[in-house]
This record gives sequence, structure tokens and C-alpha cells, in this order.
Amino acid sequence: MVEMAQEKMDELRTFIAACMQKEYSDSYLIAVLHKAQELFGYLPVEVMDEVAQRMNIPTAHLWGVATFYHYFNLKPIGKYVISVCLGTACYVKGATEVLEAIKRELGVEIGQTTADNLFTLHEARCLGACGIAPVIMINDKIYGELDAKKVVALINQYRKTAQVA
Amino acid sequence: MGFQNTETKNSGNIHFGMRIERKATVPEVHYKITLCDGTSCIRKQSKQIHQILDQELRKRNLKEVVSVHLSGCLGMCAKGPILIINPGYVMYGNITEADIPEIVESHLVHDTPVARLMVEENHLYNRFFRIFGDVDFFGKQMRITLRNCGIIDPENIDDYLSVRGYEALAKVLTDMKPEQVVSEVKKSGLRGRGGAGFPTGMKWEFTAKQPAGEKYVICNADEGDPGAFMDRSAIEGDPHTVLEGMIIGGYAVGSSRGVVYIRAEYPLAIKRLEKAIAAAREHGFLGQNILGSNFSFDIEIRLGAGAFVCGEETALIHSIEGSRGMPRPRPPFPAVSGLFGRPTLINNVETWANIPVIILDGGEWFSGIGTQGSKGTKVFALAGKVRNTGLVEVPMGTTLREIVFDIGGGIPNGRKFKAVQTGGPSGGCLPEPYLDTPIDYESLAKAGSIMGSGGMIVIDEDSCMVNIARFFIEFTQSESCGKCAPCREGTRRMLEILTRITEGKGCPEDIDKLERLGAMIKKSSLCGLGQSAPNPILSTIKNFREEYEEHVNQKKCRAGVCAAMLSYTINDNCVGCGACKRACPVNAIDGTRKEKHHIDPNKCIKCGQCYSVCKFSAVAKA
Amino acid sequence: MDKKITIYINSKEYKVSPNQTIMQAADHLGFHIPRLCYHPKLSIEGACRVCIVEVEGMRNFVASCAYPVSDGMKIHTNTQELRRARRDIVELLVDNHPMDCHTCERDGNCELQRLASSMGIRARHFVGQRKQYGRDLSGQAVIRDPDKCILCGRCVRMCSEIQQVHNLTQAHRGFDTVVMPAYNMPMAESVCTACGQCINVCPTAAFLEKNYTQELFEKLNDPNLIKVAQFAPSVRAAIGEAFGLEAGHNMEGQLVAALRKLGFNYVFDTQFSADLTIMEEATEFLERIQNKGKLPMITSCSSAWMKCMEQFYPDLIENISTCKSPMSMQSALAKTFFAQKIGVDPKKIFSVAAMCCTAKKYEAARPELDVEGMRATDIVVTTREIAWMIKSAGIDFLNIEPETQDHPIGMSSGAGVIFGTTGGVMEASIRTAYELYTGQTLVDIEVESIRGLKGIKEGKVVMDGQEIRVAVAHGLGNACKLLDVVRKDPGRYHFVEIMGCPGGCVGGGGQPYAGVNSIPLDEDALMKRAEALYSIDRAKTIRRSYDNPDIQKLYKEYLQRPGSPIAHKLLHTHYKQKFPQGIIPKEALK
Repeated sequence: MVEMAQEKMDELRTFIAACMQKEYSDSYLIAVLHKAQELFGYLPVEVMDEVAQRMNIPTAHLWGVATFYHYFNLKPIGKYVISVCLGTACYVKGATEVLEAIKRELGVEIGQTTADNLFTLHEARCLGACGIAPVIMINDKIYGELDAKKVVALINQYRKTAQVA
Repeated sequence: MGFQNTETKNSGNIHFGMRIERKATVPEVHYKITLCDGTSCIRKQSKQIHQILDQELRKRNLKEVVSVHLSGCLGMCAKGPILIINPGYVMYGNITEADIPEIVESHLVHDTPVARLMVEENHLYNRFFRIFGDVDFFGKQMRITLRNCGIIDPENIDDYLSVRGYEALAKVLTDMKPEQVVSEVKKSGLRGRGGAGFPTGMKWEFTAKQPAGEKYVICNADEGDPGAFMDRSAIEGDPHTVLEGMIIGGYAVGSSRGVVYIRAEYPLAIKRLEKAIAAAREHGFLGQNILGSNFSFDIEIRLGAGAFVCGEETALIHSIEGSRGMPRPRPPFPAVSGLFGRPTLINNVETWANIPVIILDGGEWFSGIGTQGSKGTKVFALAGKVRNTGLVEVPMGTTLREIVFDIGGGIPNGRKFKAVQTGGPSGGCLPEPYLDTPIDYESLAKAGSIMGSGGMIVIDEDSCMVNIARFFIEFTQSESCGKCAPCREGTRRMLEILTRITEGKGCPEDIDKLERLGAMIKKSSLCGLGQSAPNPILSTIKNFREEYEEHVNQKKCRAGVCAAMLSYTINDNCVGCGACKRACPVNAIDGTRKEKHHIDPNKCIKCGQCYSVCKFSAVAKA
Repeated sequence: MDKKITIYINSKEYKVSPNQTIMQAADHLGFHIPRLCYHPKLSIEGACRVCIVEVEGMRNFVASCAYPVSDGMKIHTNTQELRRARRDIVELLVDNHPMDCHTCERDGNCELQRLASSMGIRARHFVGQRKQYGRDLSGQAVIRDPDKCILCGRCVRMCSEIQQVHNLTQAHRGFDTVVMPAYNMPMAESVCTACGQCINVCPTAAFLEKNYTQELFEKLNDPNLIKVAQFAPSVRAAIGEAFGLEAGHNMEGQLVAALRKLGFNYVFDTQFSADLTIMEEATEFLERIQNKGKLPMITSCSSAWMKCMEQFYPDLIENISTCKSPMSMQSALAKTFFAQKIGVDPKKIFSVAAMCCTAKKYEAARPELDVEGMRATDIVVTTREIAWMIKSAGIDFLNIEPETQDHPIGMSSGAGVIFGTTGGVMEASIRTAYELYTGQTLVDIEVESIRGLKGIKEGKVVMDGQEIRVAVAHGLGNACKLLDVVRKDPGRYHFVEIMGCPGGCVGGGGQPYAGVNSIPLDEDALMKRAEALYSIDRAKTIRRSYDNPDIQKLYKEYLQRPGSPIAHKLLHTHYKQKFPQGIIPKEALK
């Protein structure tokens, strides 16, 4: 894992070095951030620090840029983004229990990503599937009529798929 | 109108002693298949279809006599995936993998087109591009910008060369002085297609007149209006036209560096652009001493990163420079001080795509198309409640009615037309009385909307105008860069007020407040985003004031869209089957079996489940 | 001379010079167009839209700060529609503001408040969601309150354009835009140099100094403590402005009297230790010249510059004079020499510094400046804070009978006075170094070439045939430019003076806020403050540090001689490289 990060870092360094050879090297900041996100999936602080220093760009300027553009993730995003609907229908039908079960199972809070970068947990307003409440959405797919037990099974299913892939 | 000039010509690639080499000649084929490879069709499995097609052709030993081309977006996204077989210009739509063996067997082997898969209505004839003349959708269209889209393989420069590609460039380099190029563009009357409609020739002239030295040419491909995909399709379908336009622009204004600023969200367009640039370099259309002249020019691609405001030219320049994409006050205009503080010519994709044609066929020819103040054609992304959705390219002056009803085929499901929204989040909503407005910059502005970059959304009676206005302001509000106070603070307040109204909490003063804020934001904001953000609201208030008043005074949404104002009741059709009771997620429905049920309005969350499960039309929405 | 052009403002014809903005032209003609994000020293932002005007023929209003005048232009500055638009814009800013004016430190001194009043905002129409981020109180000197920020961007431009510290940026976008350091890190962990210039230019209270006035009042009421005060040269040149005076009044005597009335037992003067600094620094400089030590020697008085150097110019650490700042020398002496002299336990001495500076709060907390295990300077308050305390205590500052400072560490020469303005330290050092080196007195003691507000100034003196080349920079941005020259060409100068703030200490981050219709860091005001100091210098009979009898006495009785071991122990310090978040050690980058 560490070695892989090192390899990625080296690739980024090479990319930056190439940009620095060009005229108006500062202007390649967004390209470098694209590259960093492509490599790391998001923009870790250590990576941003190093980009700033190597490109001789103030860290604050880089931060301003990274936060301005929606394309850049400042936190790791898992392979699967789970959105738990907390709309009224789902709430009445036990969405909180489902949410708690997911939190327990994944060991993360809302807005966080699991250590294995597999799942990111979000809350959602009404997903418009009140008929099958409570619902969650994993990436683009909606799962309904869940309870604590079913949702854990569902997560395990995704874990298996991820292992195979 | 000299249409004949733009018809495909395969001969005469030698232009004024300058030879454009073509690598291979196309072998003799019986059938030529064009498969739409636009983003929308790819999503609908066009890749798999391509594979199956390849297998089928192999199986029947047809590979030698049938050529398969991938094309950029054909603009008929509603019917995708699209496949065209020539000769005969037979167009198949909504095809699936399973249809391929049948098409191959019947059409290619037995020469019998598969009727059930064909896109119908073959009666109009388009002499401008016969190839697309078979379908009504293309009937009133006139393709200049998209002239090659769907005809050529965008990843093959030879295809582009075969349709007079880079001939305009050769003409310019051998035969024209830069001033002449500028004057030809001026003569054409072309205006910027990005939204504001500034005369392109004047922009070129300003930039050309700046003292010689480092100058830049930029292609703005940061298309961001929700629902608009003209620029993406133009690049995906015919990247070389855009490049050729830019190279000519570089020659005209004395620049040797071009930049295409394109959104990162368009991977296919980026890929094709990269390929096209590489091929153009290889062929000597880019790089040092282009085509043996002493003009040198190269193009580099810069990616956006998800900021709508970067479509504004000064914001775009900041973004290329590696900064936050925030606009700055003008003057100085980019023509004087743009990228890296140097004179810069910025045009959008569609504008650039018009340049080669203008050079080849002359500014005068171009100025013969369209209206007094608006020349040429305009591409629209037609969407919403209309039968045919997709890309539409029409001569300026075509009426909204022609687009919506003739080209678009009218409103589906027997619903009534309510309005057409042009110009995306910067534009306005025009109701029935404006349908005969000719499409040109001035008429649309006079009607209270704008041309914009070319989004066109048809709205029927099932849509709530307040809700639509809210949708657009929500978009602009979230895309405001935050620099200037009127846009940053003002659009948020407008969104809050509209949200309040759609939630049934509005008061009569809210409408005045919206008008007051809107007028101020329009006149006071720093850039075009803020200056146009209130348009959807102001135009809906102007044209649909009664809907606003109903929301505010009677807490009623006539389209039945604003959930907070809806109430569900059960009428006498109820047979007491209990389906609604079971479906209700919040147990708001009560009733004994075989007796009329009741909805408790205090418990009801208006999710509409009961309405959709009831088989007896017993649940009423009001 | 440019050919004049004709413009019309509100239908009246005027002849004006071309090549200027509408706002500039209007200013000269007596129209004060309201404004917010504009600052003459910063780049044009055009963001607040408060300065919009109507130009006939233009579809929209234009920002007068950015739009150039042209011949025949017809401008309207006060139409009903404009008035309403401006009013609504300011209301929108107010609507996203806490509106806790009565409990705000800038109540009565806030540009937004003034603007709202002059726009006639008497009701609010567009109230809605308001930003709530909370304050960052981590910094020792500068605190950040994004809830009060109206995003004019003056602080960001100040921090990056003038100071080139680049600590602040606008982050996120749209309604969610916030001014913050990188990663939204606490100010204490950032590259902030605590110069406080963001506070100076902020129109509201989005940046403030960390306030110690309550704590100080408490200590002043503690009968067991011996409260000693010192105040920096430029505090006396500016504090009058906080009481409504024009810039440039010397309020030294009034300040001494007021400090005594506040409860200080002894009122000393930082100018005394400025003289002492000169003695030590000139000696150190001559030693470096004679022993081929590291040159150029760079001054170390400015605390913001010290933090800046430690993080951005660590390679120059050896060039930095080891002298503590005058404030820290003064405090060190108060807790040693002075305590001994009056025969009290040094722990009972409570040392307070009134400074024109915010960074001095940061400096005072540096552990390496402790003296015999005690913090040398217990509390630092800014000019603004001390002015507030004087008002709060009900002291009639303007009519008070002036008093003089206490011996033995309160009297100063003219050389110590001019420390407060850019070039002053250099000029004062030259006066002493010349005498120490040549044994002769420098007759023409006013060194004009290093006075004034030019960003980087150069000068030279010949001492016994040796040419000494000096350079002076004020404002960290100019400092960076000068130091880049030094890095490339170390032999170019012998002695370099750096002050972190524009204009030197007279433009410090702790100075009074600009008044109604005046601009923060207005050059005229800075010049007047500087002139006040130069006039004190001129009026002094003793104008060279080594002629100060109290200094001579101090060396005789306690420190022996400049640069002695005891002087080193008390008056000198050391610096080391700092790594705030965002600065990676060079080795780690390999």
C-alpha cells in the first residue's frame, strides 16, 4: 500500500517536473491537480502540500483553486457511495435504524469513507421512492424496503462484488 | 443561396499549388454504414452494437464490401442508438444488439431494409445535405456547423480531407492576407455563438490590431448549460473543423498559440480532439511552417474542472492560468489583455466551426443566410416535452414554432404547449404568443429571452413555471463564483424566495421582491452569469404572473407540481380495495374493506403512492 | 501633459485628464462615489458593486473603480435607480452579516455600518440564511471571524500583493465562499506572520487582533504587582487619530500621563531600548565588517519579518542580527536591571508593551525570549487597544497634562525615535556605527536617501574610506523582492533594514482604524505619522544613541559594554527555521 502510494507520488513528481519545464508553469496547476486526483482518487493534504512546493505556488492559492472547482474531491470518495434517504416516509418506516446499522457495519459517520475506500456514506433528502421506504441508493441503484439486517446483507454483497473485481 | 458550394467534393484537393495529402483511398464498397458514436448513443450501448455488427459482417464475409464508420452525434438522441446505411440513406433508430443480425441479413444481403426499425417520415428533401434529407427531423434544418457530423469518421483526418477539410486553411495561407481574412469574417456578419452574440469579425479586428508579439487564440468549449450539448457534439463529430477555424483565426490575428479549454466532463470529445490535433500535426496543418508557409501555429488542450462560470471569457482565462475561475471587470478586454496578459481572441466552438465554410464560400454567401442582424445558422439542443429531442441546426430567422412543432414534432401525449425556454439558465420562458418569434439575437432579446449558447427546452401544461424558474436559479446560484455581491447574495435570496413560494409559504410582496432583486442583479452584476441569472424568473413573472399569484394567494399550483400545495383526497370511485392503504408509507389512509377510504391530510406526506397504485381513479390530486 | 477630455457627471460638463477611472475623475471633482472593495494600493477587484454608476449608452451599470473615462462620456452617479440598486446591494451584504453591532469591536468604526447608514437602509427586505462558521481564535495575534466577512477581498489582496505572505485565499465558491488559510487550518498553524495588515484593510471585524484589554485591566488592579509600561515610537505618532485628531500629532506626553492614570507604576519607553538596540546592532555590524562575518547583516526588529524569514528565508538566518527587538530588550531589562535597581523580586514585575504592531503579541510568546525562566513581556496591546482602554477608563486624553517617562530606562535620543518609520533603524545605526568606526561624529545626520515611502531604498556612507552600502525595504512584499536580490548577489549590500509593514511601524497592524472617508494605510497619513517622528528627532538635543546618558549609565552599571557576555545573555537571541503547515523541509522533497 505504502509502496503503491510512493509509486503514484513518483508519477506525479515526473508530471510536475514536465510542467515546470514549460512556459507559464503556474498555469498547469489545474492539470497537475487532475493528475493527482486521477492517481489518488482525491486530493490528500500531503499531496497538495507537495504540489504547491514543487510548483512554487502558495499553498493558499492551491487551496483556493482546489475548493473552487467541483471536480476535485478533497476527501476520499469510496467506490460505492451510499445515500440513505431520510425523507419523511423513510424516516417513519425506520430509516434511522437502517442508517445506524450502516454506520455500525462500516464504522464511519455521515460524510466519511471507509478505510478500504470502498464505501462513502451520505444522507439524502427524499429520493422519490416513498412506496418502497425505507430506501438507500448505492451509486445509481435504489434499494427499498430495507431493515437493519437486509442492509448489512446488501453491503456484504457489494463487498463480494468488489473482491471479485 | 449557393448551397451547391458546400456539397461534398472529392476532387480538387490541390489548392493554389498547395497539396493536401490524403493517406489512403477508400476501397470500393457496396454499403457504407454510419454508426452514431455520440455520448448519448454510447450510453445506449452503441459500442456493443458496433462489436456485434463487426461479428455479423465477418460471419457473412461482408467485411470487404461494407465499411463501418463511427460518427459524432447525429443529433437524434431521442431515437438513439442511430445507424445509417448508404446508399439509400436508410436510418435505423432505437436499435438493440438483437436487431443487428436482422439488419445485416435483410438489408445488406437481401437489399431489403428492415421497415420496423427505420426512422419514419421520408418525404422532405434537403438539398443542402441530401444525406440527411430523408427524415422530417432534419427537414427544416440547415447544417453548417454540424455539416460533417455523422458523415465523416471524426477520428480519421482523411475523412475530413475528403469533404474539403483544411482547404480553407490552404486558401488563407496562399491567397489571403490576414486583413483579408478578418474582413471576410466581418463581411459574413457572423456573431459569437457562445451567448452574447458579439460580432465575431470585430473581435478579430480588435485582436489583430494589437501590436505584434505573443498573442493567443482560444476555443471556449466549456459548455455548461444543463441540457445543452451542441459543442460536445460538434467536437465529437467533427473536431477538425474547429481546429481549422482556430488555425485560420491564428493567422488572421497574428497568433501562434491556440488553446482549447474544454470541460473535463467530456472525455470522448477530449480524446477526439487530442487525436485530431496529433493528426493535424502529422499532416502539417499544425506546427512550424504550416503547409510550407511561414505561418506557425500550435494548439494545446486545457481542461476545466467543473465550474460553469468558466464559460465567461475572463473567468476562462483565469482558469487556464491556473487560478480560481472568477471573472474580472472589463475593460481591458481579452483582445487587449487576455491570457497571460497578452492579446487574446476567444470564440466558442460553434463560432469556430463556421469559419472554414465562411472562408471557402465567402462571407457574402454566409451573410445571405439568416436575418438582417443575425447571419448563418444556429444549433439548438432541443429537449423537454417534445417528440423529437436532439440537436437542431436551423438558419437564423426560423421561428420557434417551426422548431418546436415541425422539427420537434410537437408535444407528446396530447398535452398542451405552455412555453419554450431558450438560452438555458440565462434565458427566458416564452409562451404561446411568442411562438412566431423568428430566432435571431434581437427578436429573442425583445421577447425577453436570449439566444444563449443554444439550449431549448419545451414546457407543457404539466410543468409549473414557478418551479422551473426555481430550478434555473438554483443552478445559477450554485454556480455563482461568489465574487460580486449582487450575484453571490442576490441569487441566493431569489432562490430562498422562490423556494418559499413553491412550498406554499410565499406572500404577495415576494413577487415584487423577486422583480426588484432581479432588476438590480441584472444591471449591477460583474459578469454575464449574474447579469442573466434573473432572466428565467423575470420572464416567467412577466408571462405567467397568474401562476405566481396563484401560488402566493391561493396556495395553488395549477400544474400539480409543487407538492406542498397538493392535497390528495379519495373520491366516490373508491371500491375499498385497500391498495392505497397498503401503499401509504406513513399510514395516512384509513378505511374498512369494501368501503370508501380516507386520507388524513395531517399525516399525508404527498408522496403520491396512493395516486399511482389506485386502479379506479379514486385518488384525486388538487 | 495629457490632453483633457470632456465628461459629463450628472449632466454637468467637466474637463478631466484621460487615462483614469470614473472613480478617480469623480474624486477630483468632489463626487465621493460610495465604495467598499476598492483600495488604491491593491489591484482592482470590481467585486462589491457598491461603486456602480450609470453611463449613458451602456446596458448595465459599470463599476466606477474599474471603468476608464472617455471623451464625451455621460455619467450619472445618483439616479433613483442607482440609489436603489446600491442600497439593495449593501442590504444584501448586511443580510448575510451577524448584525451584532453593539457587541462588535468595530462598532462605530465599521465601513459596512457607515455604508448602510449612508445608503439609508432602514428596513430589511431580503433576510434569509446567514453564514455561520465560527471564529478562529487560535492565533496569538490575529483572529479571524468569517461570519463578519463581506468578501471584499481586501485582506486577501493585502496578504498576497503587498505582503506576499499568501496566507489567505478565498476558498470554495458562490454563497459558500470563505476567506481562510490553506486547508482552513487554524491561523496559529498557518504561514501567517501576524503582521495584522488584514486587520488594517478589513472594512468590518472579520479580522481582529487578539484582545488583551480585559486581562490587562485586571492586572492593573492587582496591588501585588509592579506594573511597568513601554510604548513604541509610532504609537505616540498615531494614537491621536483614535481620539479624532488628524494624523501626525505627537502625543508622547499625553500617553505617558494616561498610562500612569491607568495604573502603571512606571512608564518607560521602547525608544530607550531602541537606543540600546542601536548600540548592540552597530557593534555587531562593525564586528562582522572587521571579522569578515556574514554580510549583509539584516535587522531583526520587526516581528512579522522574523516569522516570515524563519519560514520563507531560512537560508538567511545567519545574516539576521542576533539583537532582540527593542520591545524584548526593554522587557528583559525591566525584569533584571530595573528589578535589581528598585530591589524587588522580578516575578512581581508585570511588563506591558503598547505597540503599533500585532506581531509583537506573537513575539512576546516566543519561549526563546524568556528571561531567567520568566516571560519577558507579559502583555502586548496595540495602539487601538490602549486607546480603547484610555477611553474606557474615562481619561480625557486630549486635554491631559503631558508627563515624562521614568528613569532609568525611559529616556531616549532622537535616533531611538525614528525607529518607528521605514529607514529609521538604518539611519540611527549609521549615526552610531560611523562614530564607533571612525571615532568621529557624523555631521550630516539626516540620511535622506533612505527616508520616504519608496518600496526599496538604497544608500551608502563612506567610513574611513570604506564604502558601506545599505538597503531598506518596508512591507513584506518589498522585503521579499530585496531579499531575492540579496540571495542572488550577497555582496551587493553590507547592511539591510527590513520592516514588515508598509511605511514601517507607523503603518503597523495595530494602528488606529481609518476614520470616516479616509483610507486604511493612506500614504498621506503614513507620511504625517513619520513626519511626527522626524520632528521629535529634530527637536531633541541628543540625537545619537551613544550620547543618551541613561544608555551610558546602563552600560557602566550593568551591561559593561555593547556585545558583552551579559549583554548577549539579555539582549540577543537566535532564530531557527519554522515549518508551518504547507512548508515542507527541503530534504523531504528530494
